[in-house]
Amino acid sequence: MTLPFLILAIMTLAGGVAAMTMRRLVHCALALVVSFAGLSALYLNLGAEFAGLAQLLVYVGAIAILIVFAILLTRGGEGEPEGAFSPAGIVGAVVALAVFAVLAWAVETSGVARAGVTVAAPQITMREIGFALMQRYVLPLEVIALMLTAAMIGAVILALREKRNDSAGDSGAAQKQGLRA
Amino acid sequence: MTPLAGCLLVSALLFSVGLAGALTRRSAILVLAGIELMLNAANLNFIAFWRFGAHPEFLTGLIFVIFSIAVAAAEAAVGLALILAIYRHARTSDVSEITEMKG
Repeated sequence: MTLPFLILAIMTLAGGVAAMTMRRLVHCALALVVSFAGLSALYLNLGAEFAGLAQLLVYVGAIAILIVFAILLTRGGEGEPEGAFSPAGIVGAVVALAVFAVLAWAVETSGVARAGVTVAAPQITMREIGFALMQRYVLPLEVIALMLTAAMIGAVILALREKRNDSAGDSGAAQKQGLRA
Repeated sequence: MTPLAGCLLVSALLFSVGLAGALTRRSAILVLAGIELMLNAANLNFIAFWRFGAHPEFLTGLIFVIFSIAVAAAEAAVGLALILAIYRHARTSDVSEITEMKG
């Protein structure tokens, strides 16, 4: 464990904890960006340049913006008046602590983690990743392309269709009110 | 502590933070963010095992992480669209108030 790794790990974890505990949703989204950027730097630190830059592009660039837009579109920016945590929140925290205890115990007792020796960083060029994606993993790549298209169409349909239903529901509500009147 | 164990512990902590957030927060958007954190913790494990594992030249963990990032992007887009649709319908994004699925 080197000093850069420790700094990046602390940055990632602090960002994650802040994202999950802050009260205002916009602050949570910004803390989440810090966490994602820290993770991306961790990937770079571990020698996975392509994954680190993809993480930076996709998470910090796209998903964070999506989350901010979702917060603003749902009026979450005003904060949560009745408390940010659900009534049974303590149970969830206990469950998460128990999961961490089990995971940490497994890591500490496993022989794999203990026997891990410091090996030289693998020298991976972009060319090798490209060949791997185009030859050995070409079928998963095509499936991912299809899935991304489907997800894009699905997200657009989901975000659009309710609008029509909403207007129909509004007119229905208006009719009900008319009947009541 | 070996570097691999350090990575695994950081990843376990990040997973627990995400799980705690997904289980305790009221806002549906933050529940989704917690799920994203858990996905990222799994990605960190893949990278760590790829880096300190036996055969890094096969690129297995790295390619898996790239695909996982793509899946997470699709999941976030569809999840946030669902939250928007639910918000338009129920006028709230508080998961403890969305108690019925009846349209």
